[in-house]
Amino acid sequence: MDGISAAFGEAARLVAAADPALVAIVALSLKVSVAAVAAAALIGLPLGAIVGITRFPGRHFVVVTLNALMGLPPVVVGLVVYLLLSRAGPLGPLGLLFTPAAMVAAQTVLVTPILAALSRQVLEDAWHEHGEQLRSLGAGTGDSVLTLLWDTRFALVTIVLAGFGRAAAEVGAVMIVGGNIDGVTRVMTTAIALETSKGDLPLALGLGIILVTLVLAINAAAQLIRTAALRRYG
Amino acid sequence: MLPLVLEEVRFVAGGRVIIDSLSMEIDAGPRTVILGPNGAGKSVLMRLCHGLLTPTAGRITWRGTRNGRRPRQQAMVFQRPVMLRRSALANVTYGLELAGVSRRERELRAQDVIEAVGLSHVAGKPARVLSGGEQQKLALARAWALGPEVLFLDEPTANLDPGATRDLETIVGQIHASGTKIVMTTHNLGQARRLGDEILFIDGGRLVERAPVDRFFADPATAEAAAFIRGELPWT
Amino acid sequence: MDLRRRIAAATFALAALALSPYALAQKFITVASTTSTEQSGLFKHLLPVFEKKSGIQVRVVAVGTGQALDLARRGDADVVFVHARSAEEKFLSEGHGVKRLPVMYNDFVLIGPKSDPAKIAGSKDILDALKKIRDRGAPFVSRGDRSGTHIAELDLWKAAGIDIAKDKGPWYRDTGQGMGPALNTASSMGAYLLADRGTWLAFRNRGDLAILVEGDKRLFNQYGVMLVNPEKHASVKRAEGQAFVDWLVSPEGQKTIADYKINGEQLFYPNANQPGA
Repeated sequence: MDGISAAFGEAARLVAAADPALVAIVALSLKVSVAAVAAAALIGLPLGAIVGITRFPGRHFVVVTLNALMGLPPVVVGLVVYLLLSRAGPLGPLGLLFTPAAMVAAQTVLVTPILAALSRQVLEDAWHEHGEQLRSLGAGTGDSVLTLLWDTRFALVTIVLAGFGRAAAEVGAVMIVGGNIDGVTRVMTTAIALETSKGDLPLALGLGIILVTLVLAINAAAQLIRTAALRRYG
Repeated sequence: MLPLVLEEVRFVAGGRVIIDSLSMEIDAGPRTVILGPNGAGKSVLMRLCHGLLTPTAGRITWRGTRNGRRPRQQAMVFQRPVMLRRSALANVTYGLELAGVSRRERELRAQDVIEAVGLSHVAGKPARVLSGGEQQKLALARAWALGPEVLFLDEPTANLDPGATRDLETIVGQIHASGTKIVMTTHNLGQARRLGDEILFIDGGRLVERAPVDRFFADPATAEAAAFIRGELPWT
Repeated sequence: MDLRRRIAAATFALAALALSPYALAQKFITVASTTSTEQSGLFKHLLPVFEKKSGIQVRVVAVGTGQALDLARRGDADVVFVHARSAEEKFLSEGHGVKRLPVMYNDFVLIGPKSDPAKIAGSKDILDALKKIRDRGAPFVSRGDRSGTHIAELDLWKAAGIDIAKDKGPWYRDTGQGMGPALNTASSMGAYLLADRGTWLAFRNRGDLAILVEGDKRLFNQYGVMLVNPEKHASVKRAEGQAFVDWLVSPEGQKTIADYKINGEQLFYPNANQPGA
């Protein structure tokens, strides 16, 4: 049983065939995870910035909590979001359960603490460097948050990508709130889980190889941009 | 807005007394140089005056303003220039934007000061890739553009080579000539002589001696100041 | 140059990205069904026919029978299509379902390693085979997930006179997994297990496993379909859901089910007309 080489062969075959069903699955994966990471960035980065550059009672507790929430188990997130979105739950009337929107919501919950905790560290360091100068120039907290978010943009890109990797790779949450419905909410990870269940290990691993390659390619591109930008802007 | 009046100002950090019951008045006009050995509290005093630190006890009042509070028309240049990841020009306009200057006005003023400090040829370059000397000039330009009544300078040439130091001193002179009150710390006695009109000598968090620059160096009134001048001179 | 404008643009772009995968407004129903029907490939064969005819998209959430019924109890499905009669009747008696209709059956098979340590290959008596596995202490993988297959397995142990809750030793592996993962587990450890024939036929990672016992009447596996009660769950799409239920038991639906084959082997036997099934 040369399962691994069979898997690479399967991956190559899948890519070469450009099967529309596979393309749809990959596209949905990207769409859902990109949307979730975008939403998480909108919430998490400013949150991380505020915690990073302000001092308030209980701040230490918030920092510890954010760091701990980075390890939220996807299944737990999925379960909580499921209970919220279920028809019997508080957000049931929205009818979002088993839709891509529900998957976006679950991944957003999963990724937001990661972005907040990691950007908190980056912004805290930036504040250490720029804080006095910004205050000297008369910048308020809001000005400082925006200024330093922009100033650390290259470091934040890496953080956002870490969040994207986490979102694209998780299966527990999207399986529960998406339902892995063929053609509607089936993404790469749930497809992999399904093919594993069906005992088609080469196909499952082949899909896995495609997923890893995609995440790798996106990260490599971002890393190149970041290196070039750092060389340019210092 | 001047004079700036400090009354019985105390500053304690981590259980250590850094500024101890210091009272003084800083008036408009002369260039004031704060001198003192390392750890005397010069930088902390500067930050207290500028409003970056709040005194543990005592009062700091801007007598020339209606409510005595910290006015905006002041700026500070630090020992190490801190630049944002954007062009040199944009670093200057950034300060003006915070000061509420209109977009067109900021561009014009920024161009002017950048030219005045001799950085026109790198105005469009990212600020953080400039040399240390260029960055410190840019920091001066950023402060100058704000047209401050008072400019605080904290050891502005400590990390610079002699050439850049000379340029910087010239620029500080120009800023003073344009009507800005200069308050600066240094441990370089030559610079204190070149740039100062009056000396505030600080030691152990206290104001030990205050004198016009010539008299301070020629005939220090206190033993501490005399010892400091003797000890520092060989390295000037 | 203006920072605020840049941040605003970035914010807007992020928001646009975040909102892009909105739910499509198309006519659809959600069917809670079991992993066995999904993984056997039946739905891929069945649903396009119905969707083309009715214009209603059928979204299948495939989980264990127990979980499928729970989904429906919360109002998260319009139709349930499962295979555990006792659980279905309980669901009905609680008022969550409208009416249970028999649709089709397939059968369970007892899978095991070809080495067959309990010596049961070829037997037609499932209860005797189970007893031998227990006596021999041969490894046995149980789904342990309240699925239809799990419930059927428990019923068989009981019928064999074995109180499995009390009798189970280290040989009895309660995996808490779906049919496929349980098959993967059994395949890697050379264990016996009860599987539905459909999933088994579609399963690829067989390793050393083979069907050892089949054909016993007690191994028949009846599937039923129910519309979730709209009186109890207002969100249920009554008309569309009923259309699907009606189609499944219609001659056309029944024929489509009978037509589904893997390697020439029929997987499901329609029996909507068989009273009491």
